Amino acid sequence: MTALLELEDVEARYGPVHVLHGISLAVEEGSVVTVLGPNGAGKTTTLRAVSGTVRRSGRIRLGGRPIDRLGPASVAHLGVAHVPEGRGTFSELTVWENLRLGAYSRRGSIQPELERVFSYFPWLSERRRQQAGTLSGGEQQMLALARAFVHRPRLLLLDEPSLGLAPVLVAELFRIVRELNEQEGLTVLVVEQNAHLALQAADAGYVLEAGRVALSGTSDELRADDSVRRSYLGY
Amino acid sequence: MASAATSRLEGLRDRGAALGGVVQPVSLLLVAAAAGLIVGSLRSAIFAQLTVQGLALGAVYGSLALALVLVYRATHVVNFAQGELAMATTYVAYQLIKWGLSYWEAFFATLAIAFVVGAVLEVVLIRPVLHRSVIAAVIVTVGLFILIDGLVNWVWGGDFKFMPSPFGTKIYHVGGVSIARLYPGMFVVVIVSVLLVWALFRFTKLGLGMRAAALRPAESALVGVRVEWMLAIGWGLAAVLGAVAGLVAEPSQFVLQPTLMQPILVYAFAAAVLGGLESPAGAVVGGLAIGISLNLVVQYVPAITTELQTPLAFAVLLVVLLLKPSGLFGHREVRRV
Repeated sequence: MTALLELEDVEARYGPVHVLHGISLAVEEGSVVTVLGPNGAGKTTTLRAVSGTVRRSGRIRLGGRPIDRLGPASVAHLGVAHVPEGRGTFSELTVWENLRLGAYSRRGSIQPELERVFSYFPWLSERRRQQAGTLSGGEQQMLALARAFVHRPRLLLLDEPSLGLAPVLVAELFRIVRELNEQEGLTVLVVEQNAHLALQAADAGYVLEAGRVALSGTSDELRADDSVRRSYLGY
Repeated sequence: MASAATSRLEGLRDRGAALGGVVQPVSLLLVAAAAGLIVGSLRSAIFAQLTVQGLALGAVYGSLALALVLVYRATHVVNFAQGELAMATTYVAYQLIKWGLSYWEAFFATLAIAFVVGAVLEVVLIRPVLHRSVIAAVIVTVGLFILIDGLVNWVWGGDFKFMPSPFGTKIYHVGGVSIARLYPGMFVVVIVSVLLVWALFRFTKLGLGMRAAALRPAESALVGVRVEWMLAIGWGLAAVLGAVAGLVAEPSQFVLQPTLMQPILVYAFAAAVLGGLESPAGAVVGGLAIGISLNLVVQYVPAITTELQTPLAFAVLLVVLLLKPSGLFGHREVRRV
């Protein structure tokens, strides 16, 4: 297996505030990797460093190609879909326009991609003319995921997909992510508060603390780790 | 799924509220106004002439107002130089015609030049200050107003210039009403340009990218929209609309002079504010409303003479800002968390 995404000694800051103090991690092609950690550990910032929405230094490579000097639009064009926390729904636009934007970096017809996405989210098809802001929170989260899928990304960055969702929907969401991973080999890097769910869905994980990698391993290894159990799994 | 069903209901209710709360009274008002204009025009030839003339002038105000709205939506900057830019591009057309181009060759060449100038201005002058503050960018546009005015006076002088009218001097007689071909000509040129811009925004991928970039720049970049290019293209398109406004305003004033667009800028501001500053359709409707009503008021209200037209537009602007800052078409955002 080769690493699709590699971070080496990545630092990032917001103005004077250092958030990442040299993060190194790797995401294998075709795997689901989760990032755990307490609030403020730098989980979201790690994703933002990859997609180029925060100032960062260090080396970030996508399929061997350095992307640490690229802006977010260029990173998206290389096949990274970032679903930010709070979903990033274009609430003023219609469902269809949101999906069209998801495929913005693709050329040519997006009809096959739409068909594919509608097979995962059939209800989106009926409601393509609806203004996205009038969808419920859960539906907006599904739309955000669908928007990322029409992009047909090499790498999907998911930030707190479970935030504010009913448990049933969270389970559904992770089921779809897992299905896409298994059937289409989609590579996923997911930040998640719910460590239980995240470790269930992921092959491997990293635990961040205060902007550094405190621990890493396969999901089974992390589940077996005492500190992870105490801090994140609660038993 | 129960949640989907309820949310669909709520979605419908939201839309219903939007229709009942905002769109309906405005559309009723517009239908009533249109009916009034038609009845008035049937009863009086002068009224009809003033209405047609007002429609043509209003289309000009509307297209400059639309330019203001495009810039405002893209960068949240009120571009005080929009009118002067339109005036300058009209001088460019004048020069091209003088060098031997036909009117319509010069027309389209000028639009292309306007696009480039608008986009370059955004990149060179607005973008560097925009990340500091919007107000800094607005002040830059005020400076740009003075700069363009000075440049035009320096290059072409302040005296009257004459351009051939693209619409000729033909006069149509319909019933008892005489209408110079100029006015329907102006109206058609402006409305076609506005519709083309609308279609670009509504139906093309580029247009969608521009709308997304204006609404949510950060999220747009994440899906691969080159937000900065979109803003520059938005400024370019605004300059094109302004150029159309200048080019068709010129024959209505019969001469070209550096003050060509100054009163029109006031009318365009009034139109944009009346329409709701964020609403492209509102800008055009606002422009038509201002154009027609000013023309009629000056004729039928003895106390208001031609000199008071511009102050009156300013009064409209003030009243809208005081009573209904969101304007006729200012949209309430429908958003659920």
